[in-house]
Amino acid sequence: MADKTSSNAYWAANLRIIGISLVIWFICSFGLGIILRPALEGIRIGGADLGFWFAQNGSIYVFLVLIFVYAARMNKLDREYGVEE
Amino acid sequence: MDQFTLNLIFVGLTFALYIGIAIWARAGTTSEFYAAGQGVNPVLNGMATGADWMSAASFISMAGIIALAPTGGYTQSAYLMGWTGGYVLLALLLAPYLRKFGKFTVPEFIGDRFYSGGARLLAVICLIVISVTYVIGQMRGVGVTFSRFLEVSTDTGLYIGAAIVFAYAVFGGMKGITYTQVAQYVVLIIAYTIPAIFISLQLTGNFLPQLGLIGTHEASGVAFLTKLDQVVTELGFTAYTADSPNMLNMFLFTMSLMIGTAGLPHVIIRFFTVPKVADARYSAGWALVFIALLYTVAPAVGSMARLNLTTTMWPNAVSGNALDGEAISRADIDSNPQLSWIRTWEQTGLLVMEDKNGDGFIQYYNDANPALQTIATERGWTGNEVTKVDNDIMVLANPEIAALPGWVIALVAAGALAAALSTAAGLLLAISSAISHDLIKGSINPNISEKGELLAARISMGFAIVVATYLGLNPPGFAAQVVALAFGLAAATIFPALMMGIFSTRINKEGAIAGMLLGLIFTAVYIFVYKGWFFIPGTNMLPDTAANYVFGISPLSIGAVGALVNFGAAYIVSSMTAAPPQKVQDLVESIRIPKGAGSATHH
Repeated sequence: MADKTSSNAYWAANLRIIGISLVIWFICSFGLGIILRPALEGIRIGGADLGFWFAQNGSIYVFLVLIFVYAARMNKLDREYGVEE
Repeated sequence: MDQFTLNLIFVGLTFALYIGIAIWARAGTTSEFYAAGQGVNPVLNGMATGADWMSAASFISMAGIIALAPTGGYTQSAYLMGWTGGYVLLALLLAPYLRKFGKFTVPEFIGDRFYSGGARLLAVICLIVISVTYVIGQMRGVGVTFSRFLEVSTDTGLYIGAAIVFAYAVFGGMKGITYTQVAQYVVLIIAYTIPAIFISLQLTGNFLPQLGLIGTHEASGVAFLTKLDQVVTELGFTAYTADSPNMLNMFLFTMSLMIGTAGLPHVIIRFFTVPKVADARYSAGWALVFIALLYTVAPAVGSMARLNLTTTMWPNAVSGNALDGEAISRADIDSNPQLSWIRTWEQTGLLVMEDKNGDGFIQYYNDANPALQTIATERGWTGNEVTKVDNDIMVLANPEIAALPGWVIALVAAGALAAALSTAAGLLLAISSAISHDLIKGSINPNISEKGELLAARISMGFAIVVATYLGLNPPGFAAQVVALAFGLAAATIFPALMMGIFSTRINKEGAIAGMLLGLIFTAVYIFVYKGWFFIPGTNMLPDTAANYVFGISPLSIGAVGALVNFGAAYIVSSMTAAPPQKVQDLVESIRIPKGAGSATHH
């Protein structure tokens, strides 16, 4: 079993990864898809504007990449701190 | 071979497959029954989660809701982002820790973490309300699909569907359900994407519907979405890509669906079935891969169905301006074999056309738009003559609208049934495990043997199916509204309680119970004020229209605010009362570390 300090450091590193991931999660959906859509109307993705595309398709692709990157980084973190199964 | 025989063959073959899997995957222990022995490969588990999650609402209704929204298709993007973004929250905030905790049910975690039978009971009540609400819609979906495609009555369809679910859910438990759901996923995703690919090729020349959405409309040479906007605005409807009239409401609706998704018990229990914590993280990712296959296609299905529907009604709109030509004539609808789908759907009452001015043509336009009223007066129209287009027909009629071969139509019927049955089974498992594990073993008879508990689980599953079938046969008039309640409650009660239980060692029993109760009451009361107390018609205190909403927040969007109420109340009450016992703080520390999850399961 890892000692107290190392498990605290592990948890802090975990929270940092979660925090960064949640910022990206928010920007690609609520940010680009909703709040910033009127401001970015001029940027086109094919026949759609950027905000429309993020709201209907783009955010989902970002979510996907986000979960796999998160899982890979966490598995690496688990090994660094020796807490993997 | 006629369409009916084809439908029968496709549906019959898929049902035989589900039963075969159920016989192969019988559950022998409670661990197999509740969590499939925690031995499911994360990719397969992701596929099963996808089928579990994608219900009749995702398969049949969602694209139609987007296609026909009076405020334009963009404003319904909340469903697309909300029902997928919730998986990010699940992967990051809940799944790995709940897997490490290593028990079988959501109320069990809440009861242990908040060292309180009361908190566990409150969670059981929320779980049952959410799941029962949800299962009614699935049973209806089964009944409607049967009655449309297999020419039996809705009630007979429901009995057949219930018997199938009974067979594999009661005997197989989570193990049987999981492997059946894998097969159901394959059926439903093929059924959803094949018509979409055909239609995308027809309209835009793009094989991938995702590219067709942002591609060029071949008949007119302009961008597909531009063409769609032109066609619908010419007829007085709101542009498909128009901005949301209330950004705050769209924001909160998306947020409510996201945290509601992450708080749905039947989705969460899927992450108890994988072998390791690392697998739980990847499993959420795989689930989203399989869900995204449908969800990224849905906006193309919706927008293309809308264009096809409109150009069917106004043939000149295919390459020019709709109003430069005549509307479609009633005689054409009645004689043209290409338009036989209009006649079939008119028979179901889900599509209603009425030649109000008796000119022999069916004019489809927005008669509430002043510009169109002027044109209507000039041309002698007396109102929109397509008086009803139900959201639900857009996906089911899609292959017929695009004149696709009969086997594609049969496939869509089998897919719609797969979507409804797989979700129903997942919900029934969540209900039965809450009753047998949390109520019976947790409080009524803690000394029950494993064999006894397994029997209790099967009996409660059978009982849940009977209740669900009854409610499907006699749906409360408010079936559509209660979905708001299901997501609102999941967002305002279960998600915050789980998240605080993992990320805070300080939130105690008093705080968690206060948070859940206040979140529950706040959310339910806001919904009841507009939808009627306990959904009894006529008891609403304010009219259910945007003008009356507080800051324009609709009852559908209130769950996110309810979650904030829950977090706030839990924090304040916890800081005024004693910290949780050391044992519980140690439990929180231990679920944060993946190591040792295997041993945690043997309890």
